[in-house]
Amino acid sequence: MIRTPLRPLARILDARQKGENPDAIERENIRLRHEEMRDRARRRAEGRLLVLGLAFFCAFSVVGARMGHLASTEPSEPRASAAGATIIAQRADIVDRKGRVLATNLDTYSLYAQPPQMVDPERAARALAGIFPDLDETDLVEDFTGKRKFLWIKKKLSPEQKQAVHDIGEPGLLFGPREMRLYPNGKLAAHVLGGASFGREGVHAAEVIGVAGIEKNFDALLRDPARGGQPLELSLDLSVQAAAEQVLYGGMRLMNAKGAAAVLMDVHTGEVISLVSLPDFDPNDRPRPPTEGNPSDSPLFNRAVQGVYELGSTFKIFTVAQAMELGLVNASTMIDTKGPLRWGKHRIRDFHNYGPELTTTKVIVKSSNIGTARIAQMIGVERQQEFLRNLGFFEPIPLEMVEASGGRPLLPPNWSELSTMTISYGHGLSATPLHLAAGYAAIANGGTYVAPTLLKQEGPQYGPRVMSKQVAATSREMLRKVVTEGTASFGEVPGYAVAGKTGTADKPKERGGGYYDDKVIATFASMFPAHDPKYVLIVTLDEPVETSGDEPRRTAGWTAVPVAAEMIRRIAPLLGLRPEIEPGTLADITLTSSSQ
Amino acid sequence: MRSILTILTACAVIGLAFWAYHENYKTQEALAKSEALQSDIAEARARLAVLRAEWAYLNRPDRLRELATLNFDNLGLLPFMPEQFGRVDQVPYPQDEGLLPVINPVEVSSAMNATEAGE
Repeated sequence: MIRTPLRPLARILDARQKGENPDAIERENIRLRHEEMRDRARRRAEGRLLVLGLAFFCAFSVVGARMGHLASTEPSEPRASAAGATIIAQRADIVDRKGRVLATNLDTYSLYAQPPQMVDPERAARALAGIFPDLDETDLVEDFTGKRKFLWIKKKLSPEQKQAVHDIGEPGLLFGPREMRLYPNGKLAAHVLGGASFGREGVHAAEVIGVAGIEKNFDALLRDPARGGQPLELSLDLSVQAAAEQVLYGGMRLMNAKGAAAVLMDVHTGEVISLVSLPDFDPNDRPRPPTEGNPSDSPLFNRAVQGVYELGSTFKIFTVAQAMELGLVNASTMIDTKGPLRWGKHRIRDFHNYGPELTTTKVIVKSSNIGTARIAQMIGVERQQEFLRNLGFFEPIPLEMVEASGGRPLLPPNWSELSTMTISYGHGLSATPLHLAAGYAAIANGGTYVAPTLLKQEGPQYGPRVMSKQVAATSREMLRKVVTEGTASFGEVPGYAVAGKTGTADKPKERGGGYYDDKVIATFASMFPAHDPKYVLIVTLDEPVETSGDEPRRTAGWTAVPVAAEMIRRIAPLLGLRPEIEPGTLADITLTSSSQ
Repeated sequence: MRSILTILTACAVIGLAFWAYHENYKTQEALAKSEALQSDIAEARARLAVLRAEWAYLNRPDRLRELATLNFDNLGLLPFMPEQFGRVDQVPYPQDEGLLPVINPVEVSSAMNATEAGE
């Protein structure tokens, strides 16, 4: 590169001759040189900017083009991906504790019509009315020849019906693929499962949504594709549930009851093994909710979870257990049972007169209202409330069903001492059979509260302790005596040592104003085997009446107890319980210290 | 030298192009095969789901109970009852009928010792 000298000799000499300052020439040259350098640097920078700009432009155009491409093309599955966690079905199956299917999906088709494409609408309408007896030919003709461009005809078709419609050969009748929910066991566990129906519907697919029961409670979970079709495992046992439903249905008919409910619960894990409410329904064809009449008479009503009833004398054991826990009484304390017990203008009576006094055990065995009320007076309002709150009688049971929140117990608005006395024998506080099951489970498992659940559990799920082990064991002995020598003598099942308490409560009139004389709720709350309880069974019959004797009998000992005993006889072997001889009561040996 | 290099490069390009062409076709073939397998698997799963549903439907407790009642003469099936539990010592084991009882036993170990002593 040729550099221009800063002081070119010719110009310097020339300038000196003219008397000018030669330094001006040098400065001028320095300036020119700097300008040249500056221009060069600018050109370079501009070139770099251009290259960089081009690079960014290319990169952004590639990104933009790719985005446009992705947005405008139809989605397709990656061809080369391995068959891993593919979505198998829209909705996961529901299975019982041994993996037997309770709810699954089945591919089917829906039928829709596009009248503008129809060749012979009258013939199509006639043929459709022939295939589906519930469709009306004139209505169809009206729809097909009117202004409508699209209409649904059937939401689900069987393969035979589909073929028959296909054979009509009408191009305006079209099929859309559907996935439908199938409950293969029919009515079995209908109230627990609930049911499902279609949500948003399109021609190519339709949403399946749960409408009740566990299907609705776990709707999001069952539809979650991330679970990869893993089934939901319930705590129910299919064969036990079937046997329980059969026996309870037979018992309900024999005892002329209008409804019945049964809850079988594992006392350690809180798993509900069987939950029956009769009358029931078929979840494959779930009936519509009733628009008139009493909703609790509908088959959709779950008596075991939603039905709040005064559960009668079954509550007495809670009163006695609490009194023993507080040290107010023990099993052989004598309780005053002289009747009738007057409290203000109210009188508390017993079914029979049991004499002036009874031991605490006998109060339970004979089911004395007066005796229990006297014990409740010793306990007092505050302590009774706290104990019943700990046993879960103040809140709905958090069972995994949408209906569970409807089973809120009815408490007296003004909890007076009279309320305490009536509640001690199960009147004035209404709760569901499920609440009772949870309460009895606490006595059965040695004094800890266990929340009932419908999901399979891995091991014992003990909650807070509500009574001591000793009190629970003494209470169980009392309950065992109710069966061996008390009101529940029909409850004896050889080999299974049933313990339990009967409860017969008059039904309150729907419009208020007292109780019916001839309508009762008969309940038997039981646990078995009594020396080491594993299960709690609650059987409730609504308006039972046993007519084999001279006069109709309505007490639980004659109605609910035989049904529960038959249920235990059928169910216990299915649960794997081997009949065993009850260990005899040990002689009272008092340990004395030998060092004294 | 330079021409040889050119020829070699050209040959390498032709060879690589041929290899890429083959690989491309093999890939396409593998993809088509995997797609076919995928659809087979999907079909098999759908079939399995239907079969499982049908199995559950045919084994529903109501139907089994009715079948047990209908075929009571042949099968004599009754509900499972507590009396049906047994103990192991109640099971009559079959007698071993293949061998006759030993009447004249020979003491084998002492016979062995005798032969050893004889040697």
